[in-house]
Amino acid sequence: MTAISIGACCAAALLAAGVATQAGAQDANAARSLAATCFTCHGSDGRSVDGVPPSLAGQSKDYLLQQMREFRAGKRPATIMHQHAKGYTDEQLDLIAGYFAGVKPGPAAAAPAAR
Amino acid sequence: MRLLNRREFVKWMAASTGAAAVAGCAGMGGSSAGRVVVVGGGYGGATAARYVKQWAPDIDVTVIERNDTFVSCPISNLVLGGNTQLSNLTMGYGGLRARGVRVVRGEAVAIDASSKQVRLADGSSLAYDRVIVSPGVDFIYDQIPGLNNAEAQNRVLHAWKAGPQTLALRKQLEAMRDGGVFVFHIPMAPYRCPPGPYERVCQVADYFKRDKPKSKIIVLDSNPDLVSKKGLFLAAWNGMYKGMIDYRPNSELADVDVKGMTVKLTFDSVKGDVLNVVPPHRAGDIARTTGLITANQRWCGLDWTTCESVAVKGVHVLGDATLSAPAMPKSASMANQHAKVCAAAVIALIKGQPVNPQPVMMNTCYSFVDGKNVMHVASVHTYDAAQKTMVAVKGAGGVSTAASELEGTYAWGWARNIWSEALG
Repeated sequence: MTAISIGACCAAALLAAGVATQAGAQDANAARSLAATCFTCHGSDGRSVDGVPPSLAGQSKDYLLQQMREFRAGKRPATIMHQHAKGYTDEQLDLIAGYFAGVKPGPAAAAPAAR
Repeated sequence: MRLLNRREFVKWMAASTGAAAVAGCAGMGGSSAGRVVVVGGGYGGATAARYVKQWAPDIDVTVIERNDTFVSCPISNLVLGGNTQLSNLTMGYGGLRARGVRVVRGEAVAIDASSKQVRLADGSSLAYDRVIVSPGVDFIYDQIPGLNNAEAQNRVLHAWKAGPQTLALRKQLEAMRDGGVFVFHIPMAPYRCPPGPYERVCQVADYFKRDKPKSKIIVLDSNPDLVSKKGLFLAAWNGMYKGMIDYRPNSELADVDVKGMTVKLTFDSVKGDVLNVVPPHRAGDIARTTGLITANQRWCGLDWTTCESVAVKGVHVLGDATLSAPAMPKSASMANQHAKVCAAAVIALIKGQPVNPQPVMMNTCYSFVDGKNVMHVASVHTYDAAQKTMVAVKGAGGVSTAASELEGTYAWGWARNIWSEALG
């Protein structure tokens, strides 16, 4: 194998890796956009300011999916989550749960008081 | 309703891959990838600014806001009820600045979409690649002759933008004699915060019940019936506030006699000790001067996948100023959700990446019937490519079974988290 063909192989490999990374990034963006609908109540990236409603950041994916299934089926008592859970498809819930499972837990910053 | 099928989704992903790779090379110089200017630092604008910066740190983000502090409209009815202080709802822009967003205090007066400049009242200009306009609402006074001047508007308040008007209306209620009559007029929907008027009635009733038990509330609603959470509000009005509230639907406003403290309807006149008239709204002034208003001379039509104006390219619109999609309320939650869809789309457009073709938005609105007990209305909305609008997901959403203290704790949690997203 000549130096030139090694270079070409590397370029091809790098390009393939780059494409895979970009596709992964776009999938991550789709998950982030869906999860962002939950941030409003549960905090940015699922880090709740005071833990009420509960933080979702860093929860296991299986646990989150199980809870959403139970909300949807009316098995877990809820004030509002049984109504929200019915708004998402199984595929969407899978992306959302995966997103929050991948976030490092911790509280969100509270909005600062006026000066 | 039409969702993307698997093949279309894969196509979107593949398209995004190639475009992103090219844009990635172009953006490697270390300089700014683009400039985003946000007009208005409320629930829509501040949240959009935060997420453009957070999700694309290489984009310069500037917010133009006329006020030094943010005052939350949600929960401000509790100030009227004496159940919280306005200071608890007032926050600064320091958190947004700490995230690397430039916050300019000023008044945006015009947007020149051809030269991509926002002009401020002080004569300065800001250049943009994409501008996000989140102006909230302004009131339509020209159909109410008696209120169409500043002096009258200082006496008969709307208190429908939280701030000095909220405090002034609270003072009027405090100064009212026991046995007095509070007359409250509600405009025809759509208006900001569908359950807000009925929550206000509860809050004023809560205050009267405690401090001025002989007093009465007359509700003059332009609408044919309660617009939101009807059963839950009526349960409070016919229960804990029984005999205090006189609700009169189809009460279309003709004029206000400020000197005579009288609300004039088409066929009736109603005198009160304190009048509170919420005029009809339209998108804020900057939307009008920029030519963004496309519906009924009031609201801004959007492409919901990007929140880009259908009238002016490169200009995105958020929040209460938008022509709401079917069943979509004008609420803080909704503005917050518009902001995140818009932020992601603006980043994609600046970087030459494909836009998410299937946005989802969630709405949660809490209402306080007294100082502690709360009920919600919720919905989930998804983009329908065939109808080219957001539609409510069937079978999802709904309202509380009854107001509860538990939902009171969730309502304050919602507030802390939505404030944190915008300003924390």
